[in-house]
Amino acid sequence: MAKVNSKPYQREISNTRWYWRNETYMRYIARELTCVFIGIYTVVLLVGIWRLSQGQVAYETFLQALRSPMSIVFHLVALAFSVYHSVTWFNLTPKALPIQIGEQFVADRVIIGAHYLGWAVVSVVFIFLAGVF
Amino acid sequence: MTDRSIELEVLRYNPETDSEPYWQRYSVPHHHEWVVLDALNHIKENIDPTLNYRWSCHMAVCGSCGMMINGSPKLACKSFMRDYENLIRVEPLAHFPIERDLVTGMDDFVSKLARVKPYLIPKQDKPVEEGEYRQTPAELKRYKQYSMCINCMICYSACPEYGLIPKFLGPAAITLAHRYNLDSRDGGREQRQEEVASGEGVWECTFVGACSEACPKHVDPAGALQQVKIASTIDWFKEQLSSWLK
Repeated sequence: MAKVNSKPYQREISNTRWYWRNETYMRYIARELTCVFIGIYTVVLLVGIWRLSQGQVAYETFLQALRSPMSIVFHLVALAFSVYHSVTWFNLTPKALPIQIGEQFVADRVIIGAHYLGWAVVSVVFIFLAGVF
Repeated sequence: MTDRSIELEVLRYNPETDSEPYWQRYSVPHHHEWVVLDALNHIKENIDPTLNYRWSCHMAVCGSCGMMINGSPKLACKSFMRDYENLIRVEPLAHFPIERDLVTGMDDFVSKLARVKPYLIPKQDKPVEEGEYRQTPAELKRYKQYSMCINCMICYSACPEYGLIPKFLGPAAITLAHRYNLDSRDGGREQRQEEVASGEGVWECTFVGACSEACPKHVDPAGALQQVKIASTIDWFKEQLSSWLK
């Protein structure tokens, strides 16, 4: 076979700016960023448990800090991000967990709905364990 | 009938004379029923015979004419000019090396495809006299969607992971491995897992989902890859459990 004179041109991709290229990438990065807020929220929760272990006075100070406007704003933002993360994740579950019955696949909305139902049940159990009712 | 013209900007590159690609603009007639491939053929036949691109079937079956059209990976034969404004920018598929004009190098994809053994590996070989390997419609339905892949590489062009980490096996290769793994006649999953479940395999995927949005055949590679992740995770747990029970 004759040797092909080849000098392929490789285009560069920016490690830090690629996600501006289109809307799909931006939605993806937004979803990845939600973990930052969920991570900080988890740290706050751990600090709360640590303060609880130090006694009532320490825990009351922690609760007081949670009531500050900064803290409330952070929790609202973290809630918004975690809801965005959960909703987008639930919407993707039919892709990862297709269920075939005979020649048909179970409709996406059934699989998504089952996840919301599971979420509601777990939430009720936790609220019950927390002694709300 | 054509009543106006439309501008087509094409990324050109001649490895013998150019150090880097450049844009060249052509004015082509606008026909309501034309796709971008028709416009490229018009340029080649009437304006500039030096323009290079791949195409064959003109009906979204061969998978040859994948290219970036206004920044999105598309089949040129499936992209109607009427869906675009007055300027259409055409580039070679992203993430692949440009060989010449719109022609990209496919070697990386083809070698990855071969690595996952995308063909039936029967559980048990049997002589031809014993007849065909039979399958029920339900068994066919299980993998049929993934068998629609035409190897057009559009999913690789859509996948930012592949662009950033070129060693990634990529959407189509793993999806095709999954297609054969799901086939009731196949027994080759263990052989494919060596490649598919490796670090360069499915675990490079972070579920951006752009592959499935771009796929012109609605194969849903992103779905296939998540299913492969779940199956590979179950394998790992089974392995741990069996070694623990020993």
